[in-house]
Amino acid sequence: MTQTTSGTATVTLPADNQILITREFNAPRHLVWRAYTTPDLVKRWWAGEKGTVTSAEIDLRVGGRWRYVMTANGGFEVAFHGEFRTIEEPGLLVNTEAYEGIPDPDGHAGLVTVTLTETDGRTHLEMLCEYNDKTDRDAVIESGMEGGMQESMDALEKVAVSLG
Amino acid sequence: MARAATTTDAFNAVAEPRRRQILDLLAQRERPVNDLVELLGLAQPQVSKHLRVLREVDLVRVRDEGRQRMYRLNAEPLKPIHEWLRKYEQNWNERFALMDDVLDELKENDDDPDD
Repeated sequence: MTQTTSGTATVTLPADNQILITREFNAPRHLVWRAYTTPDLVKRWWAGEKGTVTSAEIDLRVGGRWRYVMTANGGFEVAFHGEFRTIEEPGLLVNTEAYEGIPDPDGHAGLVTVTLTETDGRTHLEMLCEYNDKTDRDAVIESGMEGGMQESMDALEKVAVSLG
Repeated sequence: MARAATTTDAFNAVAEPRRRQILDLLAQRERPVNDLVELLGLAQPQVSKHLRVLREVDLVRVRDEGRQRMYRLNAEPLKPIHEWLRKYEQNWNERFALMDDVLDELKENDDDPDD
């Protein structure tokens, strides 16, 4: 029987404009790479418990674009997109990441560097997310909060009602 | 948009890597400033400046012991930061837990490693 729980993610803030996420996986890195970069597999994990991924497009080449859309449990859509900058399978992936729910998504895009290192069949993932400044970084952290989600839903509902 | 000055809240105070190092050292034990100067390899005025910032947000407290001033960590102001990050961390834990399931499946079918 495989051990399913490999560990818990650790989130730290190494600098004003950065978020660093680390996590161990009980699998070799070529498989982590595959789970991370294959649309049908991304669909299965990217939304977490927050909703369902309805679309995952990945054009995995330098300059190629990606776009993920999920329908959150509240019924509204959340979409991110970006561009691949560095691809060194299976150890390094650098891409931009823009949240489409704000004005000028690309102007506030983050740069995400994923490094995978393998030891004894296990993989250590490091995801460094860098933003223009602290304000953008903090907005990303806050967008992940339940309260933030709830507020977006409330705001959306108001807009919907006003349109109706 | 302009942010609050460094000294006004714990969030900003711990954004500086050296100040986080100071907090790590003070988490081990109470220390005089000379200790910190030596361990950090910084000049005393720099260390004192960082300590001043940390004291202003109440992350560090100080008491006199004879001729020395002893600095210690007060972790209470860090609590909101921890809370703030926890939800974000939770999102990633949920994603990665699902990725674990995907990986278990891939491992079973991985007879031909392409690594």
